[in-house]
Amino acid sequence: MKGWRPPAPFLLLLPAVLVLAAVVIIPLILSLYSSFTPFRLTQPASLFTLIGFRNYVRILTDIEFWTAFGRTVLLLTVALNVEMLLGLGLAMLVEKATRGQRLLRTIMMFPMMFSPILVGFQFKFMFNDNIGLVNNALQSLGLTDQAIPWLIDGSLAFFAILVAEVWSSTSVFAILILAGLLAMPKEPIEAARVDGCTPWQTFRYVTWPFIMPFAYIAMTIRSLDVARAYDIVKIMTDGGPAKRTELLWTLISRTAYADARMGLANAMAYVAILLSILFTVYFFRKLSAARTQIAAEW
Amino acid sequence: MATVSLEKLVKRYGSLEVVHGIDLEVADREFIALVGPSGCGKSTTLRMIAGLEPVSGGNLKIGGRVVNDLPPRARNLAMVFQSYALYPHMTVRENMGFSLKIAGQKPEDIAPQVEEAARTLDLTHLLDRRPSQLSGGQRQRVAMGRAIVRQPDVFLFDEPLSNLDAKLRTQMRVEIKKLHAKVQSTVIYVTHDQVEAMTLADRIVIMRDGYIEQVGTPEDVFQRPKSKFVAGFIGSPPMNLKDAEIADGQVVFANGDRLPLPARFRDRVTAGQKVTFGLRPDDLYPAGHGIHSGEDADVHRQDLRVILTEPLGNETLVFSDYAGAEWVGRMLNPRRLSPGEALPFCFDLSQAHLFDRESGRTLRG
Repeated sequence: MKGWRPPAPFLLLLPAVLVLAAVVIIPLILSLYSSFTPFRLTQPASLFTLIGFRNYVRILTDIEFWTAFGRTVLLLTVALNVEMLLGLGLAMLVEKATRGQRLLRTIMMFPMMFSPILVGFQFKFMFNDNIGLVNNALQSLGLTDQAIPWLIDGSLAFFAILVAEVWSSTSVFAILILAGLLAMPKEPIEAARVDGCTPWQTFRYVTWPFIMPFAYIAMTIRSLDVARAYDIVKIMTDGGPAKRTELLWTLISRTAYADARMGLANAMAYVAILLSILFTVYFFRKLSAARTQIAAEW
Repeated sequence: MATVSLEKLVKRYGSLEVVHGIDLEVADREFIALVGPSGCGKSTTLRMIAGLEPVSGGNLKIGGRVVNDLPPRARNLAMVFQSYALYPHMTVRENMGFSLKIAGQKPEDIAPQVEEAARTLDLTHLLDRRPSQLSGGQRQRVAMGRAIVRQPDVFLFDEPLSNLDAKLRTQMRVEIKKLHAKVQSTVIYVTHDQVEAMTLADRIVIMRDGYIEQVGTPEDVFQRPKSKFVAGFIGSPPMNLKDAEIADGQVVFANGDRLPLPARFRDRVTAGQKVTFGLRPDDLYPAGHGIHSGEDADVHRQDLRVILTEPLGNETLVFSDYAGAEWVGRMLNPRRLSPGEALPFCFDLSQAHLFDRESGRTLRG
């Protein structure tokens, strides 16, 4: 009697499955499991105590968590809309350029070439209340004689972070929308002009439907980005002062590493990921609707 | 309904001038075709009329009003593009009603107009489709429908049939002609296809290198071409054009072959004059296989050797060798010919043309 031989497809897939299991599946299961335990990094044994949904119940009733959650959603909404508008404007300007368009395109992408950590440091310096460029400029222009506490006041600090985010990522929108504008056939625009459209109507009824899918791709990418915003905030304010700029992931990392409550942090992380998934699904729906509408062939 | 006047109209791109001050009067309800080879400025001229290209010099008037600096929307035109330029995200209905919607008409007023145009163009069953679900010919009809719905003063067509296959093109040509008869509007039609121009237009404008070569009715430009260029451009297959000299009251070709000087040119040429002799394929036919138009005396008979034939069924194009060059003739009631065969040909000289070799202008009065 011959020994059992596993079928060839199974054998061939096995290496990939093993690698995936090692780097994705097992950590995922482990982290999900630990979110049901009171696991603390300082007490390894706590990993084996199951406490059911107590971590989830705790964060869902925690005002601090919800504040960070709400602030993240707010940052996401505001940043995406501002970036969208600025990116659209930039793209349309660059598209109009008859000369030096390639150079402009490259320059436009500069902010994307810097590490977010460095962007954080740069804006932290610029918004510094004593030696920052922003206060210096405002005072030199005579707009104020006070040192505005940009990174200390809660809403001002949120604004400062928003500015840094927008500065570093508007080009994502600009580049994608520019790609859309360049790919778009010119005749429908001319037809619209002859059909009696003002420049605004041409944009509203012809150009915009064309570039909408590109905007939604940018939205999808950026919503994931902002939902996991961490680096810029970590550098500029570290969620402070006194948690006034705490976002989901600064809160999660603080809980996990400073407070060493890994189980609780994992539970938060799963809720945060849920948020990301919701946004992604939402924008993907919008994207495919927009694509069908312009009968895109991609 | 409106007239269109071009007065010394110029188009420049930087220092490059592509349209050199052309003059043209288009009458109300006239169907004008602009023809010419690629790069002759016909599309640029049309785009200036549409307002899609700024006018660099001269005046452009529509209905007597100077419109040089008016945007397209203030000119009340409709344009049909070569690529159809439909709005891909709108249904046929929305495409056709778009200009009315922009003009601020109410949906209940737009619907009957769109349906009326759709009936005219046989598009009723397609009204709820999107352009991507239509064939080329259907898209073309939608583009025309979009133009009709506007009830514009002037229709502009920019090579509207170039993207269609030959059969559909013939069909749409008839549709356009019917349409013009029905809507009775001024039409300016750009094409590089001289057959389209001949069959559709009241008058044809032949352009070359940014100048107008000739303006005239289809009969005019076919029978009385003002220049060698027009003679070679209009007509298919093109006119046989061969360089020659006048000597002893005859047309003498480079290799010494001679043809009698056509009667109507006798007083218009001098001995030794360098000319270009032109004869349409219709006027060069194997004896007994063509119709001559004038007196028998004007027909010159000559034996020619056949090089090649192109049988088209009802007629055959015969390529033969004469005066050291290749000549195309048209054989009616054709019989089978074999290359190398020699047979008597008729040159119908009452239909021949002579052009000045230098200037290319015709030598007839």
